[in-house]
Amino acid sequence: MHNVAQKTQTPLIAYLLRLGDSALVLGQRSAQLCGKAPALEEEMALMNVGLDLFGQARNWLTYAAELEGEGHDADHLAFRRDAQDFRNLLIVEQPNGDFADTMGRQFLFDAWHVHLLDGLTQSSDPRIAEVAAKSLKEATYHLRRSSEWVMRLGDGTEESHTRMQRALDNLWRFTGELTQFDEIDQAMFEAGIAPDPEILATRWKATVEEVLEEATLVRPSYDTWMYTGGKVGHHTEHLGFLLAEMQYLPRTYPDATVW
Amino acid sequence: MLPSGNHPSKPVDDWPSSDLIGSDRSGLPRAGDEGDIDAVRAVLQEVPDPEVPVVSVVELGIVRDIEWLDGRLVVSVTPTYSGCPATEVIEQHIHEALVAAGYPDPLIQRRLSPAWTTDWLTEAGREKLRAYGIAPPVGSASKRSLVGQADPVVPCPLCGSEATERVSEFGSTACKALYRCRDCLEPFDYFKCL
Repeated sequence: MHNVAQKTQTPLIAYLLRLGDSALVLGQRSAQLCGKAPALEEEMALMNVGLDLFGQARNWLTYAAELEGEGHDADHLAFRRDAQDFRNLLIVEQPNGDFADTMGRQFLFDAWHVHLLDGLTQSSDPRIAEVAAKSLKEATYHLRRSSEWVMRLGDGTEESHTRMQRALDNLWRFTGELTQFDEIDQAMFEAGIAPDPEILATRWKATVEEVLEEATLVRPSYDTWMYTGGKVGHHTEHLGFLLAEMQYLPRTYPDATVW
Repeated sequence: MLPSGNHPSKPVDDWPSSDLIGSDRSGLPRAGDEGDIDAVRAVLQEVPDPEVPVVSVVELGIVRDIEWLDGRLVVSVTPTYSGCPATEVIEQHIHEALVAAGYPDPLIQRRLSPAWTTDWLTEAGREKLRAYGIAPPVGSASKRSLVGQADPVVPCPLCGSEATERVSEFGSTACKALYRCRDCLEPFDYFKCL
């Protein structure tokens, strides 16, 4: 079994895995709602968002695989790594729950994703800049939809407001990873590859506050205790089940060449 | 009878037919010949988008470059969306169309930058979309604020009414949103602005 964690990983490869894995895992969460969305239009929206994220994940993971130089491709990274090798944010692996949970998770991620991608379009690495420019257009569209849902549910009926607030309160403990940064984020910033993590955090907060206020929702405290660790491979128990479903087929038929 | 053109005729009549390849018959350039870019573009003009077959890949604005590199025809194509499942099918169709037209070994390259925008849809393409029942993108692709900005008015492609409303940000494919007309009551696809 190919184990990325045991190999020497450059900060750039680690950073690309964070980008790719977050897109991949959130895409998979969206895909899990196929056939189960509350309305046909939402079904299509969830699948379209998931599809965009899968495309972005492929672009990031293809680059990571090339830099690794092990002769692997994006599929190998997606389907042949175990949970501890994944570098996605904890928030994206959280369960779909009810529709407020699903859209709250999407919104908190999108608000971060858009500002991150916006910064990455200025990356000193041209490959990253072009993937980011492509992804930014899609993420901007995702954010508009998810923020509309947060506002509609938050400023909707008593029931929808209660559920949206509950979802927000529940997800909030996983947002620390969106504003905190480690030595890899810092190294990428200093190399001109990634945007200033402090500016990114400020912009994420501004977008979240704007939408939550419009949604008449109470923003939980930034100083509350936060779960972290996704970016270094310490995940919540949900990721393993997600990967088991996602990876089952390629691992069962590892020699298949045509799907 | 060989088509007229700038390319020298091949000695078709002198060869046993089993040895002929498409290029011999068509008189189109083979590897090593510098070919006519416009002729290639004309071939691609006939390749439909698989999901919106009323427009060609040229009209959709996804063919970004046609060039000859060291005697090999190279066509650069950009995906509309990162995860567009049609991307590989489109590349395959372009390859097949070029081979059928007598270009034996074209290289189809995927190019991400600059990122595709609906601003590249040609005027003819927009008109064909409308005639097909899909509202073409309104305005130019640019960022919109999250709060307090109205959606653009999307005229109904069927009756022309501006009394339309958005049903969903997303539609039957990655590139479309779902609308409905309040006058003729028909639902329709809107080719969303990106």
